[in-house]
Amino acid sequence: MPRIVVDVMLKPEILDPQGKAIAGALPRLGFNSFEAVRQGKRFELTVDGEVTEQILAQAREAAETLLSNPVIEDVVNVEVVAD
Amino acid sequence: MSTELPLIGDYSTPTAELSGARIGVVTFPGTLDDRDAARAVRAAGAQAVSLWHADTDLQDVDAVVIPGGFSYGDYLRAGAISRFAPMMDKIIDAANSDAKLPVLGICNGFQILTESHLLPGSMIKNDHLKFICRDQVLRVENDQTAWTNGYTAGQEITIVLKNQDGQYVADEKTLDMLEAEGRVAFSYVGWNPNGSRRSIAGISNAAGNVVGLMPHPEHAIEAGFGPDARGTDGLTFFTSVLTHLVGGKK
Repeated sequence: MPRIVVDVMLKPEILDPQGKAIAGALPRLGFNSFEAVRQGKRFELTVDGEVTEQILAQAREAAETLLSNPVIEDVVNVEVVAD
Repeated sequence: MSTELPLIGDYSTPTAELSGARIGVVTFPGTLDDRDAARAVRAAGAQAVSLWHADTDLQDVDAVVIPGGFSYGDYLRAGAISRFAPMMDKIIDAANSDAKLPVLGICNGFQILTESHLLPGSMIKNDHLKFICRDQVLRVENDQTAWTNGYTAGQEITIVLKNQDGQYVADEKTLDMLEAEGRVAFSYVGWNPNGSRRSIAGISNAAGNVVGLMPHPEHAIEAGFGPDARGTDGLTFFTSVLTHLVGGKK
């Protein structure tokens, strides 16, 4: 069944304490090449049948209303992944 | 005096006006502090009315407390799923109506109010990433709201702070607006315990009927059971709203 993938990230100006903690842990494992880490969320919305324009529009609306909080987060990607 | 009554005063015979006040306390799946909030309402002299998140009947309450806890396990974002509960639709409409229903959001309740856009900004994880539980000193910045009129601006109070996602954030424009309009209700004193912008602990809406804060006034209503020696600094939230309801607004 096809899935609609929605990616949500904290807005660039919002400090990401979890990303910062991960960035602090990386060098302890020898990963020294990374300046910063930002942690986001990935949602997979499974659709029974074909993904129509209407269903995709619904997914975009859900992404803006429930899946993300526009005060602190941006929806950075909404795409269909066929299986 | 029964054990249900606070030791700081006998509220067993509230005045006629106050005994008629009905204050709703909402319970969501995962709410923790609804019982304490209801107890605080009764200690102040009003009647506590239990409201279930999935119901749509506000039961003619005169004010609503949205208590703390971890509704829906903080899944997605703290308060994000509760915000769409049928009861919240009713509360949002009533808070924005001409009647301006007084609404107090505590901790997770504050998070639900920001997710509902009844209050601006949002809460993210504490800057130090740890759950925190401590007695916290706050400064009352606005003593004109429905829930703070019993305090004096500049007064310092001590109540319990306990949360994981307590860092208040908003864009600079919103923060400037909140300060300019006197809508910062409470600030952290001495130490900013979670990295909140401008040490904001609680805010109100423009009309002053909706107030949200991270610390827990309902845990500081009875001598011997709250912070420090007295531990009753939180009771004034619940007496303030009664003063407001009988028209004694400053």
